[in-house]
Amino acid sequence: MDYIAQQVINAFQLGSIYALIALGYSLVYGVLSMINFAHGDLFMLGAFTCLLLEAIVPIPLWIVLPLTMITIGFLGALLERLAYRPIRNAPRVSAIITSLGCGLIIENITLAISPYPRHMPTLLQNSTIHFYGITISFLQILVVGVSLTLMLLLDFIIRFTSLGMAIRALSCDRVMVSLLGIPANRIISLTFALGGALGGAAGLLYALAYPVISSSMGILIGWKAFVAAVIGGIGSIRGALLGAYILGTTEVISVTILPSTYRDLIAYSLLLIILVFKPYGILGEPPLQKV
Amino acid sequence: MNKQAISILYLIFFSLCLLASCHPTKPVIKIGINAEITGEAPAIGASCVNAAKLLVAEVNQSGGINVAGKKMSLELVIGDNGSKPDESVAISQRLIAQNEVVAMIGPNISSCAVPSSEIAESMGCLMISPWSTNLRTTRNSNGSFKKNVFRACFTELVETPLLARFAINHLHASQAAILYDISSESPNSAAHQFQKSFLKEGGKVVATETYTTGDRDFSAQLTKIKAANPDLLFIPAYYNDVPLIAQQARRLGITARFLGYNSWSTPDIVTLDTGHYLNGSYFSNHFSLESDLPAVKKFNTNYQSAYGQPPDDIAALTYDAIGLVIESIKKADSLNRTAIVQAMSNIEQFSGVTGDFIFLKDNHDPLKNIIILTINDGRFVYVETVKP
Repeated sequence: MDYIAQQVINAFQLGSIYALIALGYSLVYGVLSMINFAHGDLFMLGAFTCLLLEAIVPIPLWIVLPLTMITIGFLGALLERLAYRPIRNAPRVSAIITSLGCGLIIENITLAISPYPRHMPTLLQNSTIHFYGITISFLQILVVGVSLTLMLLLDFIIRFTSLGMAIRALSCDRVMVSLLGIPANRIISLTFALGGALGGAAGLLYALAYPVISSSMGILIGWKAFVAAVIGGIGSIRGALLGAYILGTTEVISVTILPSTYRDLIAYSLLLIILVFKPYGILGEPPLQKV
Repeated sequence: MNKQAISILYLIFFSLCLLASCHPTKPVIKIGINAEITGEAPAIGASCVNAAKLLVAEVNQSGGINVAGKKMSLELVIGDNGSKPDESVAISQRLIAQNEVVAMIGPNISSCAVPSSEIAESMGCLMISPWSTNLRTTRNSNGSFKKNVFRACFTELVETPLLARFAINHLHASQAAILYDISSESPNSAAHQFQKSFLKEGGKVVATETYTTGDRDFSAQLTKIKAANPDLLFIPAYYNDVPLIAQQARRLGITARFLGYNSWSTPDIVTLDTGHYLNGSYFSNHFSLESDLPAVKKFNTNYQSAYGQPPDDIAALTYDAIGLVIESIKKADSLNRTAIVQAMSNIEQFSGVTGDFIFLKDNHDPLKNIIILTINDGRFVYVETVKP
C-alpha cells in the first residue's frame, strides 16, 4: 500500500512539472496556432537564470522565483518580437522551423557559455516527512504547491481579467479582434511573456528538485510536455493540465508494473491510443468550419 | 573581364590552395585527438586534451622523437566530437584523411569509440581509446580483434568480475540492485557483466531497473528498488546522473551502499554532490594518485603545475595511450601507418602511470589491475588494488 502511495506522489510531482511547461505550449498555440519549440529552452534558461542570480547575491526563493519569471517572461516576449512577428503571416511551417532554430540557438549559446553541467545551490532546508512508510520531502510539496498556485493564477487571468478576455478573443479570430481596436501585437507579446514566465518557473522548480542542470536539459522534457499538451488538447489550458498529469501517471505506472525498460514504449503507445479515439486531444475541440 | 578569364583565375586559385594543403612544410608527427570537449561529458574531454598537451610538451622539450635518423617533434590535432556518435565519426574521418595523423587517440566514451573504431579500421590508422571499456571498441561483431584498434584501459570483462568479488568479500553484500542508463553502451554492458559476475560469486540480484539518457527523475524506479530491499545499489551511470540518483535514493529512504564503476572517477561527481549523499560509496577506477609508482609522482606534479588541479583517470589513461603511440613509433622507426600498427601489435608489456600493461598475444585489451576508491567528505580515498 505505502509502495503505491509513494508512486502516486512521484507521479504527482512529475505531472506538475510537465503541466507548467505544457501550459506554455498551449497558451501560444491557442493565440497564434503555432508551436513554439523553443519553449523547452526557455525552461532551461529559467534554471540558469536562477543559478546566475544566486551566484550574484544569495537571495531566498520567494524573491528569486518572481525575478526568474520576469526575466524569462521578458525573453519569451523578446523572442516573439524578434523571431516570430516578422513571419507571422508566412506559412505555418516557417514559424515551426523558426522556433526549432531559435531553440538550437539558445541551447548552443548556453553551451558555449557553460559547457559543464552545473550544480544548483540549495535554496531550501532539505527536510522530509515520513508517515506510514511514505516519504514526502518539503521540496515535493513546494513543487506541487507552487505549480498549482501558478496554474490557478493563470486560470484566473484567462477567465476574469481584460487581458484574459483579449487572449480568448484573439484565439477565436485574430483579424476581427484587431478591427475592434484591441492592440493584438501587445496581447500576443503578453501571451508569450505569460508562457515564458511559467516555463521559467518550471525550470527553476525542476532545478531545485533535480539539482544538476545543463544546456540540454530542456530538450527531452520540452518534448514530453509538448506531447502532454497535445494529448490534453492543444490550445486548451485545462487540457494541458490534464494531459500533463496523465503523462506523468502513465510513466510512473508503467515503471511500477513492468520492467522500467518498457517505460517510454508503454507510455507513448497509450498516448497514441488516446489520440486515435480523441484526435483533437481529450479536451480539444475541432475547429469550427463556417460555410 | 569576361567570364572565362574569371573561371580560369578561380581554377588557379583553388589549385594553389590544394597544393598548399597537400605538402606539409615542417617535419612533425601529427597525433589526432578525438575528444568529448562539449556535450554530455565535457569533463572527460578536458582531461583528455590537458594530458595530451602535457605529454606532447614534455616530449618536445626533451628534443622530440628520433624517426629514421631525424629528430621530429610531436603536434596535436584536436577535434571535438560533442559526445555524439555521428560527430565522432566525422571527426575521425577528418583527422585521418584530411589532417593525415599517424595515430588517433580517443574517443573516450564508448558510444563514440565504437563507431569511430570502424573508421580507423577501414582507413588503416592506429587508434587507441584511452577510456572506452566497451568490448565492441576493439572487437569485430564476430569476436575477432580489429587490426588497428587498441585501448589503454581495462574492459568490463576484467573490471566487473573484480568489482563483484570486492563487493562480496569486502563489503559483505549479498542482495544487489542495479539502476543503469539503458541508452548508453558502457553502462549497459557494465550492468549485464556485473549481474553475471555477482551471481557467479554467490550473491543475489534482487532488482534491475533502467532509465534513458536525459532523465532527471528516477523516483519511480527507486521506489521499486526500495521495495526489493537490497544491501547494495550498483549504479553504472555517467557522472552527472549519479549525484541525482544518490540524492533521490536517500530521500526515498534507501539505505543500501552505493557502488559505482570507472565512469564515476571525475572530481566533478563530488562537486555536483553537495548534499554528500555519496559519502561512503565505493567505485573501481583505473588510476590513483596515492599509487607508489615513481612515474605517478612526476606526472602529478607536472599536471598540477600546468593546470592547477590533480589529474583524473582519463588524464592518466590518455597519457599512457600517447605513451603507447610514441613507443610504437620508436619501434617502427617510421611514420608509415601500417608499420606503426604492426609495432603496436608486438608490444607485450608497457609500464605507465596507470600501472603495468600486459598485452596477451593477439589481444588488443590490456590485462590490468583495478583500483578501489571510496568517497569520503568529497574526496576520493584509496582503498585497495584488486589484481586479476
